[in-house]
Amino acid sequence: MTLTHTPGSHPPAASVPDPDPSWRPALARHVLLRHDRVRGADLLVLPERVVVLHGPAGSIVRLCDGARDVRGIVEELAARHPKAPVAVEVPLFLGRLREEGWLR
Amino acid sequence: MTPVEPPWALLAELTHGCPLHCAYCSNPLELVRRSGELDTGSWCRVMCQAGELGVVQTHISGGEPLLRPDLPQIVAAADTAGIHTQLVTSGIGLDAARLGALVDAGLRSVQLSVQHADPQASDRIAGRRRSFADKARAAAVVREAGLPLGLNVVLHRDNLDVLDAIVGLGLDWGADRIELANTQFYGWALLNRKQLLPSRSQLTRARESVEAWKTRLAGRTELVWVVPDYFDGTAKPCMGGWGAVSLTVAPDGTALPCPAAAAMPGLDPPNVRERSLEWIWRESPAFNAYRGTGWMADPCRSCERRDIDFGGCRCQAYALTGDAARPDPACHLAPDHPLLRGIVSESALGAPSPAVPRSFRTAAGRGDRV
Repeated sequence: MTLTHTPGSHPPAASVPDPDPSWRPALARHVLLRHDRVRGADLLVLPERVVVLHGPAGSIVRLCDGARDVRGIVEELAARHPKAPVAVEVPLFLGRLREEGWLR
Repeated sequence: MTPVEPPWALLAELTHGCPLHCAYCSNPLELVRRSGELDTGSWCRVMCQAGELGVVQTHISGGEPLLRPDLPQIVAAADTAGIHTQLVTSGIGLDAARLGALVDAGLRSVQLSVQHADPQASDRIAGRRRSFADKARAAAVVREAGLPLGLNVVLHRDNLDVLDAIVGLGLDWGADRIELANTQFYGWALLNRKQLLPSRSQLTRARESVEAWKTRLAGRTELVWVVPDYFDGTAKPCMGGWGAVSLTVAPDGTALPCPAAAAMPGLDPPNVRERSLEWIWRESPAFNAYRGTGWMADPCRSCERRDIDFGGCRCQAYALTGDAARPDPACHLAPDHPLLRGIVSESALGAPSPAVPRSFRTAAGRGDRV
């Protein structure tokens, strides 16, 4: 089993394009989002990997229900956290998760 | 002493019984009889305790876990405990009805073994007629059920040269992930090491082929290359560290920090029949024996890689040197590394005799040699 932490320590690859604002992200078929009571963390559990979602990552992924688009997710998070740089960081984060194959 | 972090993963070996006879089987030489296996209630208790302890993922394996008629109940117990379940199977006996019951119980993923891209060669290596056809059907059934499918191929001298065809087969069967696992020499596989060890040039070609495939398949199919540690000169970070990430429960309830640790005399591993999983993980002498870095001697103790490879594999150190506390001979810095180099250069000469097929029954070898 591989253990991964995200947002990871490496910066996003330059090649990851900013996602289309109309993309409606959803978890990939093989990915399960769950809260881990023992560690008090949100996790993505895959067949051979566990990804620990640090900070606000879990609350972002929870909005990826295939109904909301990127624009809607950003608006919702901006309303919740008016001072956070969500407009830039959230699309980047979602793009990285898609690049990993965890969102589609 | 640093506090013990909870485990993430459980390898549940439900049975040593298996319809296949692979010469590379890494299960111990002495197998648990069917009558010695944990019962349904015990496995459900193990899953419940595992969830409470912090396990979030289990690989339900064996032998062939489909030989257990109570498999859906065990899967359901894991799922109820909040544990993600993956079935690790030969595919023999996996039809739509059987899979349907497992999916209803909460099964989330299947990892299927295959031995070769050519049906006849695959059947020969597996030691079972028509097993390739059964596997092809199992893959289709998994795809139809919409579950993620992983393909696991153990690599050795007899299939490394057809790596391209093996990857092609994985793509044909719709695998999301293809694990190309160079043979690890434990248990039965250690017995057949001479017959299984590839040549260095075979490995070099295979590795180049894998790199090319990885580029081509990036973002579509995950390709995993499990390193041939006999050849690489570096030790593998076995199990992510002893008692650090994962634990194994063997068919008879023996709990092990590494699936190969059953072969380690003097370890005195605990059993889930007698102790809670929490005691086993945190307190048992077996799980603490090589935990962290305190047990290390030089060159590991002062090595900058000690927190990367954890001194390699304890079971391999024991298997090759007779002392589990020595540095893994796979590492080029280990004093016993020349031993491994000798084994590898000898393997270039070829094997003197055919491999011995694995058999669950003691009446082994009905002529179906690999």
